[in-house]
Amino acid sequence: MIPELGHYALALGCVVAAAQGLLSLWGAQRGDARLIGAAPALALSQALAVTLSFLALVWCGVVSDFSVMNVAEYSSATTPLLYRITGTWGNHEGSILLWCLILSLCGGVVAGFGERLPSSFRARVLGVLGLVSSGFLLFTLTLSDPFQRIWPPPMDGQGVNPLLQDPGLAFHPPILYCGYVGFSVAFAFAVASLLEGTVDAAWGRWVRPWTLAAWCFLTAGIALGSWWSYYVLGWGGYWFWDPVENASLLPWLTGTALLHSAIVVEKREALKIWSLLLAIMTFSLSLCGTFMVRSGLLNSVHAFANDPARGVFILALLGLVIGASLLLFAVRAPLLQPAGLFAPLSREGGLVLNNILLCSIMAVVLVGTMYPPFVQLIFGQQISVGPPFFESTAIPLAAPLIAAMGLGPALSWKRAALGPALLRLWWAAVAALVLVALIFPSHGLRAALGLGGAVWLLLAAAADIGNRAGWRPGRLLHLPRAAYGAALGHAGLGVTIAGIAGMTLALHSISLVQPGQTIRLGGFDWTLDGLQDQPGPDYAARVATLTVRDAGNGALVATLHPARRSFPLQQQTTTEVAIRTNGLRDLYVAMGDERDGGVVLRIHVNPLAPWIWFGALIMAAGGALSLSDRRWRVGAPQRLRQKGRARPAAVPAE
Amino acid sequence: MSAPMPQDIPQKSIIARRLMLGLPLLGLGLAGGGFALMLRQMRNGRFDPHALPSQLIGRAVPDFTLPGLAGGPMTGNQLQHPAGPMLVNFFASWCVPCLEEASTMAALAKTGLPIWGIAYKDNPADTRRFLAQNGNPYARIALDQPGRVAIDWGLYGVPETYLIDAQGIVRWRYAGPLTSAVVAGELQPLLAKAGA
Repeated sequence: MIPELGHYALALGCVVAAAQGLLSLWGAQRGDARLIGAAPALALSQALAVTLSFLALVWCGVVSDFSVMNVAEYSSATTPLLYRITGTWGNHEGSILLWCLILSLCGGVVAGFGERLPSSFRARVLGVLGLVSSGFLLFTLTLSDPFQRIWPPPMDGQGVNPLLQDPGLAFHPPILYCGYVGFSVAFAFAVASLLEGTVDAAWGRWVRPWTLAAWCFLTAGIALGSWWSYYVLGWGGYWFWDPVENASLLPWLTGTALLHSAIVVEKREALKIWSLLLAIMTFSLSLCGTFMVRSGLLNSVHAFANDPARGVFILALLGLVIGASLLLFAVRAPLLQPAGLFAPLSREGGLVLNNILLCSIMAVVLVGTMYPPFVQLIFGQQISVGPPFFESTAIPLAAPLIAAMGLGPALSWKRAALGPALLRLWWAAVAALVLVALIFPSHGLRAALGLGGAVWLLLAAAADIGNRAGWRPGRLLHLPRAAYGAALGHAGLGVTIAGIAGMTLALHSISLVQPGQTIRLGGFDWTLDGLQDQPGPDYAARVATLTVRDAGNGALVATLHPARRSFPLQQQTTTEVAIRTNGLRDLYVAMGDERDGGVVLRIHVNPLAPWIWFGALIMAAGGALSLSDRRWRVGAPQRLRQKGRARPAAVPAE
Repeated sequence: MSAPMPQDIPQKSIIARRLMLGLPLLGLGLAGGGFALMLRQMRNGRFDPHALPSQLIGRAVPDFTLPGLAGGPMTGNQLQHPAGPMLVNFFASWCVPCLEEASTMAALAKTGLPIWGIAYKDNPADTRRFLAQNGNPYARIALDQPGRVAIDWGLYGVPETYLIDAQGIVRWRYAGPLTSAVVAGELQPLLAKAGA
């Protein structure tokens, strides 16, 4: 009964979404006040229906209803409760439903909190969101139905994919999807203003918080995914330039560019057409990121669920959404009032440079990702584009970006001079250069440049805050939170870059180790004490015990327990990496196969590794801090905000 | 649809700007067409992004000369005129799957099938230690430290194993660690054919 209710709610959501799309756009075009007024209610109803549908699927997982094919294939009686819930989105059908849920919730949030928007503009935004939503809900209903029943129901399910049975990956999809789908709002704002034919400073002000929120989620989602591949895959790396990873990086790069170009739209009414294109591109890349990967076109270690029939529907849908918006852009954008001019050396000039560099990196990553399938299509040759390509092309572009990032906030709007800006930052530049000179001879160019860049970013962020406060401690408390947010965002990237630079100095060794044998690596003695069997809830584990001692004085540093878990139901084995960190370096051991009484161990010493994800967390926190400020500043009329809060609570009660 | 028509932009420049801003649409059209073609070919099996085809199958081994780990150099000429069916295995001391296939390799060597090894991007001291630790199934071993010969072979990664028949023609390529299942399922039938 519950699955059928869920299926019905999904169908209802699809119909309401189509109504939301068509009626709102039609009403806004005709200036029909009733239809315009109905848009938020339709958006909220759609969000409610899709939420109910999603909850129904979660319910099927929680009670282990194996008559639902989705549950039977991806869950089992022995699966722990947490993974019965998160298993809902650990497969193709469920993850698409989650995607639709977030999209409909985005519409609901715009309906609930978008009170400050002009009502016809809001109706257009909701209309665009509704149309996109109805397309994907239709896809879910027709080709990827998560509620499909099987008869007779099996006694037990096939179990969740062991790789997904991990807290990090369990919450990775919702966060990443919030990022991907969050950009749909910026996209809808862009399409709505193309329909209206006007873009002004207010557009920049409206679109910024939505972009920022999506960006925070995407940053956190990418970091979580990278952390997962570091501690679960057991290959010792954190980023493999895999198509799936690249697919999440592409919208992050254009989203970051949009975040900065929207500032120029708001403050200076320039870069309007460019920002519209960025908003369309960012969501388009998000769509491609979610769906291209699932069609099996891109060869990836992460690929699951390859079905060409689904691929054709998705391709047509993507073509329709992206094609229609780009067509509208080509026809309407040239009619926008030309932008105001500004000097190249100014805050906005710096932001343009930021955009150029970010989009260049995006282009490089895009080409590297798309090159193999297209070469195979055209020339029939199988090639792979690996990390050397991405590293040798992205690093030369990232270096000037980092240099400009420190300098940018020190420039003034309209027209700036390089002299005063450098005067404020010379000490940071000197510190960074000294560090580069110190590290370069012993540790190589990459580590030196990376750590120098990190120090430059951190000091420049501190200098930015200091300068804003006029170097008076008393004023620090009175700075707007957005100023702290921006500085934190830049500083967070600095921390991440320090981590990446540290990882270039990582040491590793792979060897067959007998119990009692000791290996020396990175100033530590690693001794394999023994191997034990350990039962788990739905797996059997083989656990190794290693003691790590300081090679100099023999002091005990850590006891590590890397393990391999074999899941009999799924006939799969996973690696449980043992990591001990002290914040400055990770001791990392992954266990391989056992042979001849010994075991293959992959041992790493990774300097500064945790900083990579800690930095990303700082970036996301900076974004969130900035967001908390903007609500106070922009949502100036207090009454409207309170009304906006009361609204979503009232409507679902109907 | 009634777009506000700004007075200060001449009609001609609007068309030019439309053409320019239509470029992303053109890009999308090309990419979308490409993807549609890929999907169609995927359905009839002509396009498989996951396959690792080898250009060498059905051809003779390319010419090369590599220094041996012990003894004289290994050359393409020797492999083009083998004494009988044999395997060429690319390996490296730094590769974990190579460790995993060591026992399969040892079992294959015991059957009397000659296996020649090529150490890929590995320094000789490491290769020797690796062989001392894990056993040496190879009749001969060559060193491809720069990894250039591997490019001529179209090596995808290590380990990778090639079957060469008695006429010196490459008949089979396997990328990844050899397991007893692969040996029984793929290699043995081919060996039976090549031997006959």
